[in-house]
Amino acid sequence: MNSSPLVIMAGYFAMLSLFAVGGANAAIPEMHRVAVEVTHWMSDRQFADMFAISQVSPGPNVIIVALIGYHVAGLAGAAVCITAMCGPTCALAFIVARTWDRFKDAPWRMAIQGGLVPLSLGLIAASAFVLARTADHNVYAGLVTAATAAVAFFTRINPLWLFAAAGVIGLSGWL
Amino acid sequence: MPDSTALPAAIRPPLSELFFAFAQVSISGFGAALPWARRMIVDQKRWMTAEEFNETFALSQFLPGPNVINFSVVFGSRFGGVVGAAVALAGLLGPPLVIVTILATLYERFGDLETLGRILAGITAAATGLLVAVVAKMATPLFLERWNSAPVIAILAFVGVAIMHWPLPYVFLGLAPFSVGLAWVKR
Repeated sequence: MNSSPLVIMAGYFAMLSLFAVGGANAAIPEMHRVAVEVTHWMSDRQFADMFAISQVSPGPNVIIVALIGYHVAGLAGAAVCITAMCGPTCALAFIVARTWDRFKDAPWRMAIQGGLVPLSLGLIAASAFVLARTADHNVYAGLVTAATAAVAFFTRINPLWLFAAAGVIGLSGWL
Repeated sequence: MPDSTALPAAIRPPLSELFFAFAQVSISGFGAALPWARRMIVDQKRWMTAEEFNETFALSQFLPGPNVINFSVVFGSRFGGVVGAAVALAGLLGPPLVIVTILATLYERFGDLETLGRILAGITAAATGLLVAVVAKMATPLFLERWNSAPVIAILAFVGVAIMHWPLPYVFLGLAPFSVGLAWVKR
C-alpha cells in the first residue's frame, strides 16, 4: 500500500509545500529531480512539456503539480497532488492570518509589517528580473516586455489586450 | 499606519462576488497573478487601499507555499472566516484546474506544443512587463518619502536574490531584523 503512487505523491507534495518559500517556480528543480530522476514517473521531455502547459494555462504556476498527478494517476492523482501541495500551507496561512489580526494594534506587529513591505518589494522585483531573463531571450521579446510595462504603468487598459497582442507577435515567430 | 484587519460590514460583498473576483484574477494570471489581484482588489473593487494590499501581500509572501494561494486564504479569512478563505481559494484554483486538465488531455492525445510554445513566448514576455509595472507602482510611494530606509532594504533584497543568487531564506533572515528594527525606531 505504501508503494502506491498516490500515497507517495501525497506525502511528498505535503512535505514540499512547507519548504516552498518563494512559490511554485522555486520548487521546480526539486520536482524535476523527484518526478524524473528518482521515481521515473516521466521523461525529461514530458516534464518540460508539462512545465510549458502549466505556464500557458491561466492560473497559478502551482498547477504543474496537478499535471504531474494527472500523468501518474489520472484525475485522482491530480486531486491528491493539488490538495497535498496546498492543504498544509493554506491551514498555516489561515492560522497566521487569524493570530495576526488579533494583534492588530500591537506596536511590534506594525513594526514587523512595516519592515516586511520593502523586503517584499525587493523580492518581487527580483522575480520580475529572473522572469525577464528567461522570457526575453532576444531584442524583440525585450521590447514586448518594456512596452507592456510602460503601457500598464501609465494607462488603465485591460492587460488582456496586451497579452492578445503579444500572443499574435509570438505566433509570427519573432520571439 | 492604517490597520488592515477585518473589512467593515458595509463594504463586505457577498461570497459569490469573492469567488468570481478570485476566479477572474486566476484566469487572467499566466504565471504572475499579483498584477491582476492588485488591479481587482485595489483599483476595481476598492476592497483595500494600495498600502493595505502591499502589507497583506508581504505577509503572504513569507509563508511557505505559493504566494497568491496564501494571499487568497489570508484575504478570504478576513472576509468571512473559514468559509471566506475556502471560497477565495476555490475561485483561484477551480477554473484553472478544469482548463489545465483539458489541456493535459489534448496533450496526451496530440503532443504538439510548437504553436502553443510560440504564442506562449509572446504572452510570457508581456506578463513579465506587467509585473515590472506593478513593481514600479509599489515602489513609487516608498521611494518618494524622504528619510526613509525602505529603498535601501528593497534594493539589497533585490541584489541578493536576483544578482548574487543567494538562497531566499538567507536573504530574508539577513535583512528582516534590520528592516523590522528600522520600522520599530521610525514608529
